[in-house]
Amino acid sequence: METMKTLLDPCCERCTHTPETPCRDYIRCLTAGPLCHDDPGCRAKRSGLLAELRPTQGSEEGQQILVCAGTGCASSGAHKVVSALEGELQRQGLDSEVKVVATGCHGFCEQGPTLIIEPAHTVYTLVKQGDVAEIVQKEFKEKQRVENLLYQDPLTGQSAATFANIRFFAQQTRVVLGNCGFINPERIEEYIAHDGYQGIAKALQEMSSDQVIEEVKASGLRGRGGAGFPTGLKWSFCRQSAGEKKYIICNADEGDPGAFMDRGVLEGDPHAVIEGMLIGAYAIGADEGYVYCRAEYPLAIKHMEIAIRQAEAAGLLGNNILDSGFNFHLSIRAGAGAFVCGEETALMASIEGKRGMPKVRPPFPAQSGLWGKPTNINNVETWANVPHILRRGAAWYAQYGTEKSKGTKIFALTGKVNNTGLVEVPMGMSLRKIIFDIGGGIQNGKKFKAVQIGGPSGGCLPDEMLDLPVDYDTLTRAGAMVGSGGLVVMDETTCMVDIARFFLNFSQSESCGKCTPCREGTKRMWEILDRITKGEGKEEDLDTLEHLAHVVKETSLCGLGQNAPNPVLSTLKYFRDEFEAHIRDKTCPAHVCAALLTYTIDAEKCKKCGLCARACPAACISGDKKTPYVIDTEKCIKCGTCLDTCKFGAVVRA
Amino acid sequence: MCDVCQDLVDPKETKLAELLAGYAGQKGALIPVLQKAQEIYGYLPADVLRRVGRGLKIPVARVYGVATFYAQFRLTPMGRNVLRVCLGTACHVRGGAKVLETIEQELGVKDGGTTEDQRFTLEIVACIGACGLAPTMMINDQVHGRLTPDKVGGILAQYE
Ligand SMILES: Cc1cc2nc3c(=O)[nH]c(=O)nc-3n(C[C@H](O)[C@H](O)[C@H](O)COP(=O)(O)O)c2cc1C
Ligand code: SF4
Ligand code: SF4
Ligand code: SF4
Ligand code: FES
Ligand code: FES
Repeated sequence: METMKTLLDPCCERCTHTPETPCRDYIRCLTAGPLCHDDPGCRAKRSGLLAELRPTQGSEEGQQILVCAGTGCASSGAHKVVSALEGELQRQGLDSEVKVVATGCHGFCEQGPTLIIEPAHTVYTLVKQGDVAEIVQKEFKEKQRVENLLYQDPLTGQSAATFANIRFFAQQTRVVLGNCGFINPERIEEYIAHDGYQGIAKALQEMSSDQVIEEVKASGLRGRGGAGFPTGLKWSFCRQSAGEKKYIICNADEGDPGAFMDRGVLEGDPHAVIEGMLIGAYAIGADEGYVYCRAEYPLAIKHMEIAIRQAEAAGLLGNNILDSGFNFHLSIRAGAGAFVCGEETALMASIEGKRGMPKVRPPFPAQSGLWGKPTNINNVETWANVPHILRRGAAWYAQYGTEKSKGTKIFALTGKVNNTGLVEVPMGMSLRKIIFDIGGGIQNGKKFKAVQIGGPSGGCLPDEMLDLPVDYDTLTRAGAMVGSGGLVVMDETTCMVDIARFFLNFSQSESCGKCTPCREGTKRMWEILDRITKGEGKEEDLDTLEHLAHVVKETSLCGLGQNAPNPVLSTLKYFRDEFEAHIRDKTCPAHVCAALLTYTIDAEKCKKCGLCARACPAACISGDKKTPYVIDTEKCIKCGTCLDTCKFGAVVRA
Repeated sequence: MCDVCQDLVDPKETKLAELLAGYAGQKGALIPVLQKAQEIYGYLPADVLRRVGRGLKIPVARVYGVATFYAQFRLTPMGRNVLRVCLGTACHVRGGAKVLETIEQELGVKDGGTTEDQRFTLEIVACIGACGLAPTMMINDQVHGRLTPDKVGGILAQYE
């Protein structure tokens, strides 16, 4: 028998596991085996392969360079770095000792491409092809760090060598993201070497379906897709539904602009989602599942496809999984570009090949979902939490979080903040801590104005609300919502009226049009907001807006319409003075709304260079070498070009 | 079939026929089939919609209804490269509109438009999941981040 090349190969002919003749101990056997026979040779083969997959600090074995090749880093040149590393290792004769591993997203995309040297854990950020030779030479020949290429804190300027010392990571608790960036998502054995598929193995071997549901209930896990519905309870509804045929679905539509945690998980650790779904299917009694992923995530779809194929080949998807009699088949469906398809009933219509329009509930999917069969749908992050709960236990899980919101949650921190990226923290951490400690505060020393949380369904919260603990119930009370977990930070240069208009524009164009309040109401609201940003707002507009908002909220059929007014209501609540400034004083305090701005040139500061006049598309700046330049405000189209062009700060925007 | 006729059969037709045969009788096949048909033809000509309907035994009206509901499906020819500019929240607050403006000027088209030389089709999207690098755009499957108006020209030049 040929030798074991990967962890999944049989160690010798005594191993009988194949998808057709499954062994119930397969998963445990891979990491702690062989179990069915005793052979030091077989044991050595496994532990050798494991050591390579799980490098331990200080050892020479398992020397690796982990390169993030997620969507973000790939766009910043990660693939060039990978080829440069491979070439360099060969040149320095290290290619047999040091492996280059392409991983998924760390959630630190702004600093990408990111590179981690294992087992030393050294992190290099913003790596360029040209840096590679020095890194390889120093790290592997001289066992030293390349100090000047280490990550530098944008605030303190101090360099940090490992994630543990980088402020952005140091205060995170990475459970769901634990593997992301540390394993090659295209190889199932890496997931298995990092305790993967142990949760489903345990469920199948030791637990009844009801016990699994009880465990998930006890963990306190709530849905990460937006509404925060208790997951165990949802599963129990579907389990109790009559019928032989049941489906489960993974909602990977991730339509909220500003949220990318589901992409991170799918790209970086796709097997965790598969394992979560396996556990759910076993608990519910479903034998078929779908992952519905938005088409805008080609890499996530690719990684998921590979993962499904590998799980099938290992006998972890298919019939009689791990000799338990449990069958489960999983396929992927790519979305076709409709935000509303993230809504569960619309999503199912879309899988059925119909227009993605929401339906009235009840009946709930648990009774009548996909093709009229009982169906359970959960979000990517929800599914990815499940293996941890099974493997480490509900009590372990419930140690994180607040009384009613357990576990960790991934937030996508973006906007005008110093450190952008994926932040996984226990539920209940304050927004202030997330934005100012982990996020490092506001860019360019500007002043914080608001954080938008929960996407188009959520709200904008001001500084006074930043000490709120982030959990489902608190945020809903404050007029925002956890939603998918997008946190877009805004500074003093963001206009809140413009933001309210922005979200309404989004909801309005994504409304499926089925019900009038959403279809027409959001449009009318948008028109009012648009008028206000143009300086044509009327005193009574704010009351009309509020009135309309309540009507749309109360009478729309699905969550899109019901929540679309939230960004407007929350900005009206916390930033009313900005609306009033637009309406009464015809000014935009943040200097954003073009129609309300005037551009002038400060004659004292003008050096008469003429640059602005040449750049102005409206040709409305005049002057010459002797007379300071002036703007004809009548003709000015308020494009701002002159402001960007003047090197002397002579152009004034007010 | 003689050699001459064989050459006359459009390879796209053959692919479409194979595609339809592969999905025949499968539940919920319409959207994946339309996606793959669009890959074959670059867009969804009326004739293809009819043939998809016939092949899957779905009324053409429903095929058309689905094709017009989803933003991904295009009933008119697309440019060789599809350029999707992100105007999601993170990109909006970090100046995505300025980037879009520059692109519109460079290409001379607006959202949904295709340049005369068929080089680009421009679309506005809300989030491509690379928000950390905002403002962003995606050309075909390639993401470009940390955009500024003056980077646009150089990036566009990379696409034929
Ligand atoms: C307009 C709209 C869009 C939604 N988009 C998503 C989405 O992209 N991803 C998601 O998981 N849930 C989304 N949801 C919520 C789903 O309907 C559903 O509640 C969720 O997938 C349930 O999973 P969970 O219990 O694990 O949170 C959306 C809801 C609405 C109303
Ligand atoms: S609320 Fe809006 S999106 Fe939802 S069903 Fe009605 S029109 Fe469609
Ligand atoms: S804002 Fe634009 S149009 Fe107005 S003066 Fe400056 S460059 Fe000219
Ligand atoms: S660019 Fe500035 S300094 Fe030069 S002419 Fe214009 S306003 Fe004056
Ligand atoms: S893609 Fe590399 S850190 Fe996100
Ligand atoms: S908002 Fe532009 S990539 Fe997410």
